[in-house]
Amino acid sequence: MTPFSWDRITPILMIAPSVVLIAIFVYGFIGRTAYTSLTAWRGVVPDYTFVGLRNYIRLFQTEKFQADIVNTVHFTAFFLAGCLILGLGAAVLLDQKLRGSIVFQNVFMFPLALSFIVTGTVWRWIFNPGYGLNVLFHNLHLDFLQSGWLTKPSSALNSLTIAAVWQMSGFCMAMFLAGLRGIPEELREAARVDGATEWQSFRYVVFPLLRPITLSAVIILGHISLKIFDLVFVMTFGGPGYSTDMPSLNMFITTFRQDLFARGAAIATVLLLMVALLIVPYLIWNLRGETER
Amino acid sequence: MGNERWTRRQFVGRAGKTAGGVVVGLSLADFLAACGASSPSTAAGSGKLEIFSWWTAGGEADGLAEMFKIYKNKYSGVNIVNATVAGGAGTNAKAVLKTRMEGGKPPDSFQVHAGQELISTWVKAGKMEPITSVWKSEGWDSTIPKDLKDIVSSNGDVWSVPVNIHRGNALWYNKKILDDNSITPPTTMDAFLSALGKLKSKLPGGAPLALGSQGNWQVQMLLENNILAAGGPDFYKKVFSGKASFTDANVKQALTWIKSMLSYVNADHPTLGWDDADKRLIAGTSAFNIMGDWAKGYFTAANWVPNKDFGAVASPGTAGKYVIVCDTFGIPKGAPDHDNAVNWIKVCGSQEGQAAFNPKKGSIPARTDVSASIFDPIAQQFIAEFKTDALVPSSAHGSATPDAFASAVNDEMGQFVINKDVEKSASNLQKLSDEFLKA
Repeated sequence: MTPFSWDRITPILMIAPSVVLIAIFVYGFIGRTAYTSLTAWRGVVPDYTFVGLRNYIRLFQTEKFQADIVNTVHFTAFFLAGCLILGLGAAVLLDQKLRGSIVFQNVFMFPLALSFIVTGTVWRWIFNPGYGLNVLFHNLHLDFLQSGWLTKPSSALNSLTIAAVWQMSGFCMAMFLAGLRGIPEELREAARVDGATEWQSFRYVVFPLLRPITLSAVIILGHISLKIFDLVFVMTFGGPGYSTDMPSLNMFITTFRQDLFARGAAIATVLLLMVALLIVPYLIWNLRGETER
Repeated sequence: MGNERWTRRQFVGRAGKTAGGVVVGLSLADFLAACGASSPSTAAGSGKLEIFSWWTAGGEADGLAEMFKIYKNKYSGVNIVNATVAGGAGTNAKAVLKTRMEGGKPPDSFQVHAGQELISTWVKAGKMEPITSVWKSEGWDSTIPKDLKDIVSSNGDVWSVPVNIHRGNALWYNKKILDDNSITPPTTMDAFLSALGKLKSKLPGGAPLALGSQGNWQVQMLLENNILAAGGPDFYKKVFSGKASFTDANVKQALTWIKSMLSYVNADHPTLGWDDADKRLIAGTSAFNIMGDWAKGYFTAANWVPNKDFGAVASPGTAGKYVIVCDTFGIPKGAPDHDNAVNWIKVCGSQEGQAAFNPKKGSIPARTDVSASIFDPIAQQFIAEFKTDALVPSSAHGSATPDAFASAVNDEMGQFVINKDVEKSASNLQKLSDEFLKA
């Protein structure tokens, strides 16, 4: 039994309010949402009749939600690939410390300062077939590059991805650049002394050292992408048809326009599980790293 | 030296992880901020009147201000709080209102579409206060049509007062294009489709019919107008109350007509709003648009003169029928300033209030005793037709059907625009009817 000591009590008192608040406003509400998803609540008056997994079964039967899942996976895959490749490419180029690289470093970072709402509005104009990119391509005699962009179900999701990549690849670049700058020159020097080509030193020395950065980038971008709402809301509102609909948008419409609160909660819960699938392994990895040290 | 290098590598890893933690943590902050924002405080107490609406733009905001002015003249001691939430057709405002009502912080009075949006959303939930006694004492039985009273009533009580009437089934046209091609404004579907066929080759882009379908509700308006054209008012009322099937030939006819219309519309319609579509009329790239009479406000704001630059008739096949979109004000249970709210709905239902509001809003009054002379010629034409036409409530705007149905039909129309599959959409619509209209 340790004697009473203010040194031990103070930190507990300091963090207690935030622990309580998080317990209520995050985990408490997550629990309530999960519970709501198992009830018959429809309309503005809560109805907590327990119906089991009925809402989930109906949800997965709707054509719209099936489209949502496919869209989310498609969007996340291309968004991640686009951001990582462009971000890494830009970071490697900027790391060469060429003239003017500091200017480009800032230029690439600027989109990050905008909200998705602004990005979405701007790109909606750019993609407008009447006065956007298509006109530019026509004037450059590149008519074969013209497309229906957001107006065609086949191209709308990819157009959305382009806007999202434009916004977030600068962030990826910044992370990779920090990573590259953190790699001591001696390591590459040593590789060169051992006769490695520039590519080999990158492949076997630099790249492995960037792994933690890459993982962090994937986690951050991945959970942004799974929860994407504002960009879709502004650019397409899920259309044409269901071609760009996302679970978060579906959740909003189901809950607040259709008043199907229980089904909306079910979508929220599925979304949470999807994000958890991504985050939890990361947290475990993080924790393990913590204890190793 | 080696030791230091290790630290640096560790630092890189740590930096990445910390950055991840910060962003993940951020979503919590967002969440808390959102919680705070969704429940604006409404301090109770006398001397205050909070009016909730989605009238934020141009003419509608002006109209609301006119009614506030009248209220202020009568009750100068009351401080009016104008709680508006922007967003077309009130889609955002309704979401905010729901969170406020759920949270037990209702406004004193709020804008609500007559019909199911009022009855099935709020009255059945027991969230409204009847205004039957006010309706009687103000003598509205003799000045507001019975058809209107019926859609704001249930179980023998009246629940809100209609302020205005918008028309959902209107066909707008660029007068010059029609005159140049000697086309008379079409009244039947056949005449309309043949006019479109005639104009297709004459207009650049080959899109004589302007459509802005972002959000799909505009296509839903085409559906209800065409169902009215194909089946008449009785069938319309039956099908939208779940008593007739959406697989009926009338509905399939309506869908087939939409399909025909879609071959004459601008290709970029999924990214355009209704106002963008009307812009095409003003630019002369399209000749027609089917839209509610709020389009008139858009045209006049662009300095177009009614019946000179543009004109309107009932949408094809619906002459003699009037699809009503009706804004009303009711009083929620637990309104913090109840007496002020009662006075407010008296202003809303008064001749003076409706005469001040409607010319600005671009709608026609719900009362039949407001002088037509203060309105533009198209409104005068609609006022005259309103008195004799068969009135049916709009489904797309929440009067004929509950929000859950209207919103799901929106989605189905989005699919129809892509697949143009009449049979499949008809059967999907019937599934929605089974789920949401037979409660």
